[in-house]
Amino acid sequence: MSAAVIVFPGSNCDRDIAVALEAALGTAPLMVWHGDSALPGVDLIAVPGGFSYGDYLRSGAMAANSPIMREVVSHAGRGVPVLGICNGFQVLTECGLLPGVLMRNASLKFVCRDVDLRVERGNTAFTGGYKVGDVIRIPVAHHDGNYFTDPDTLKSIEDNDQVAFRYCEPDGTVSDAANPNGSLANIAGVLNGNGNVLGMMPHPERLIDPLLGGTGGTPMFTALAEAVAA
Amino acid sequence: MSSPATRPEDLMGLTKGEYDTILDILGREPNLTELGIFSVMWSEHCSYKSSKLWLKTLPTEGPQVIQGPGENAGVIDIGDGLAAIFKIESHNHPSFIEPYQGAATGVGGILRDVFTMGARPVANMNALRFGSPDHPKTRHLVDGVVAGIGGYGNCIGVPTVGGEVNFDPAYNGNILVNAMTVGIASTDKIFYSAAAGVGLPVVYVGSKTGRDGIHGATMASAEFDDDSDEKRPTVQVGDPFTEKLLLEACLELMATDAIVAIQDMGAAGLTSSSVEMASKGNVGITLSLDDVPQREENMTPYELMLSESQERMLMVLKPGREDEARAIFEKWELDLSVIGETNDSQRLVLMWKGEIDADIPIPPLVEAAPEYDRPWTATPPRAVREPSEVAEPTDISEALLTLIGSSDLCSRRWVWEQYDHMVMGDTVGRPGGDAAMVRVHGTKKALAISTDCTPRYVEGNPVEGGKQAVAEAWRNVPSVGAKPLAVTNNLNFGNPERDEIMAQLVGAVQGMGAACEALDAPVVSGNVSLYNETNGQAILPTPVIGCVGLIDDAASAVGNGFTAEGQTIIIVGQTAGWLGCSIYQRDLAGGSNGAPPPVDLVTERRNGDFVRTAILDGLVSACHDVSDGGLAVALAEMAIAGGIGAEIDATPDIPTHAWAFGEDQARYVVTCSDPDDFLHRAAAAGVPAEATGTTGGPALTLPGAKPISVANLRETHARWFPEYMASR
Amino acid sequence: MKARVHITLKNGVLDPQGKAIHHSLEGLGFDGVDDVRQGKFIEIELSGNDPDAARASVSEMCEKLLANTVIENYAVEIDD
Repeated sequence: MSAAVIVFPGSNCDRDIAVALEAALGTAPLMVWHGDSALPGVDLIAVPGGFSYGDYLRSGAMAANSPIMREVVSHAGRGVPVLGICNGFQVLTECGLLPGVLMRNASLKFVCRDVDLRVERGNTAFTGGYKVGDVIRIPVAHHDGNYFTDPDTLKSIEDNDQVAFRYCEPDGTVSDAANPNGSLANIAGVLNGNGNVLGMMPHPERLIDPLLGGTGGTPMFTALAEAVAA
Repeated sequence: MSSPATRPEDLMGLTKGEYDTILDILGREPNLTELGIFSVMWSEHCSYKSSKLWLKTLPTEGPQVIQGPGENAGVIDIGDGLAAIFKIESHNHPSFIEPYQGAATGVGGILRDVFTMGARPVANMNALRFGSPDHPKTRHLVDGVVAGIGGYGNCIGVPTVGGEVNFDPAYNGNILVNAMTVGIASTDKIFYSAAAGVGLPVVYVGSKTGRDGIHGATMASAEFDDDSDEKRPTVQVGDPFTEKLLLEACLELMATDAIVAIQDMGAAGLTSSSVEMASKGNVGITLSLDDVPQREENMTPYELMLSESQERMLMVLKPGREDEARAIFEKWELDLSVIGETNDSQRLVLMWKGEIDADIPIPPLVEAAPEYDRPWTATPPRAVREPSEVAEPTDISEALLTLIGSSDLCSRRWVWEQYDHMVMGDTVGRPGGDAAMVRVHGTKKALAISTDCTPRYVEGNPVEGGKQAVAEAWRNVPSVGAKPLAVTNNLNFGNPERDEIMAQLVGAVQGMGAACEALDAPVVSGNVSLYNETNGQAILPTPVIGCVGLIDDAASAVGNGFTAEGQTIIIVGQTAGWLGCSIYQRDLAGGSNGAPPPVDLVTERRNGDFVRTAILDGLVSACHDVSDGGLAVALAEMAIAGGIGAEIDATPDIPTHAWAFGEDQARYVVTCSDPDDFLHRAAAAGVPAEATGTTGGPALTLPGAKPISVANLRETHARWFPEYMASR
Repeated sequence: MKARVHITLKNGVLDPQGKAIHHSLEGLGFDGVDDVRQGKFIEIELSGNDPDAARASVSEMCEKLLANTVIENYAVEIDD
């Protein structure tokens, strides 16, 4: 069992996700440079947060065209779990693994704060540690997290149960006030049709230690460890 | 190249006397390139000519100090073979002209100062001063500066964990943007700038050189006038993406032993980096300017030497290691160019198109840099204001709400939510605490970091104000449970050629020196920013202090919010009710006059050490230092942070407003579940401590005042900043 | 040859930056601004001399990288 973290020029949460994966899996993930073209035998791929290529042109656009992303797409097609966080989510939408795009926050400002998320889908490799309706608290930290898609795509996402998380109030109410960035339908995390690719703007890897303010992200990594061990 | 056409002594900010010294050194007229080099090296920014005499008086040594002032940043020992490397630096003038880029490149510059020395940056802090909220430019400047600080730090992936933001009309024409970076390195992998050895390759890495920022160093050494907006072209543009690559490439190369010396190209660019490396190594350097990577066409030697293009470094390598370095930089998609060699000439020689363009002996360029003992006359003392001389409010609770809802005391959430304060996964707590805390990666330890200064005190009494700036920055560190180790300072003042401004600088340095000595917090790095004046109107004297401390186990730290109901609230330190120069007096009683509170450094040290020990012994559940706005504001902040009210049952023997809002120094508010133990120990240590109330309930009730609900406190505290920024 | 690429948001896609610019223009006293949409302008220097081939090549660049066709339209101009 081995995990890989894809590192682009400008990635900056690569170490953070590696720490979280190592804590859950017991072994350090492979750090794979964007220019590499092979991903030998990995059971789990993480595309980390950061500012790949400085977010120049569009967040995630240039990273999505890196050599390694062909391998990531091909692994995703074979059912390997792929988790994209923040900039990783932007990369996964840009390369077509996930529907929609992440636009500039409605406030036009970078936002870093803890948010509450309602779990919308529980039975995946990523969310198996949560129950539908659970409210978890983890932080966002982004400038371009405003999820958008056309109405037909939104309908198909909703119909296929592809929304993993929505921004909500602490009691689980989904409201405009709880939406930190203007995302359509308060969508914070989206799955692909097969449920093995998850993109999310909030950072579960940042809250896995009570000393740092909470453990809302821990169940995700525990679930991933169990899923890839199975 | 020919001599400058205009009168040279007027051309680049040099005085006639300084120009004559250049003639002596060279034995001839300098050409334009040479004059430019002297001008930037002898600018206030690079030579500290007005402040050096006084900076030398500051304590800079101690067993914890590995490297004091004089390198890119200061280095202190934090045990286990690790060092903390840190510095604060101003980017005031560029940020006024172009707030986003000015602030962003300020952050980029201080980050480079720290990673140049081999450290991975782990935290950014800042100290910001803006003009009156009513001034037409202020909102735009706040918006741009905050976005610029965030834009750079967020992208490079170093958390911005705290800082301070204040407003005063004295900054209407000159805002202050002071950025601090703290990094961590192995004590056996610290890199310095001395290029010792001859025949060594001089290597340029990072971004290409363009015409940006030419004469930024001299701009930072001149007063503004109304035409300053026209100076826009000299502002540099930051590229945090390239800096991230530069950071990773440098750290990767530093893991080898290929580097002899390394220096970032900050103010005065290639000039100061090459001169400093050669000077410290007692060698000469010959540079082939044709080999400098250039972004624009037809650049001249003058422009290449003075450009302040960002994200560049100069290194001296061991001979034969160029290819190894090049492979690393190419992996990170960066240019590397060998542009020269060290030799034993002790001269800076610049080659351009096969000819010598400039030839300057380095020792006199560095050592003959002017140093002035500028005249000053001590700031006249102000009268002490008795509480009875400062008008009482009609209602204490309303006064408290006014203060915590004011521009200077309201919540800074609007600011820090634009900073990624959590990236790197080691930030303990959230911004808004007394000191920010960043765990040393992979250990239980944490660094505690604070920045502080109270300019109205320094204006009122430079010596006491200088002491207070150190004392308050220092006090923030034990109030989380950490031991202060050292400080960095950023001296922001007006025109030192004016007696009364020079007096502020001298007094503040004297006060800071005394405080650093008494509090065992030597100055290990710093920066001076003078000429912060517009049309003769100087800023308030603002000697900002950044303090770094250490706690062995981050889990034993405490925050500043009430943690539970039924805890006893204890005030540590003497409350005499000093209202002179207080925020209460300034905002609610007709102006900031009277003498500022005196600082008793022995008491400061004793109280701080006591509180820290009590925290580490587990006696304290929350702690907050008392500063602007006094006890009432400190208690309100603790209630807001914890979401818990408190009943204060003190019966002060001084006027209530003086008890509530007086700004006596060396005080803390702590909460305890076992107050007896705490109070006994305090008595034994000779530390004044008094149980003064109990936490609990939905409201804060001050002596003789109507209760204020915590919800009202929180809402009032939260409101001002976002409303101000959204209005126009 | 020089190619000029204009990238604009599709109709119906929310443009908060355009909205903010609109708001600022009104604040500066510019009346009669009905709407503002912002986009990107990219200039590309090309080595070939066949305008049709250039247009095809730049269009492909837009599809693959320069624009996100989920939300953006692009227009290509070629200067001979």
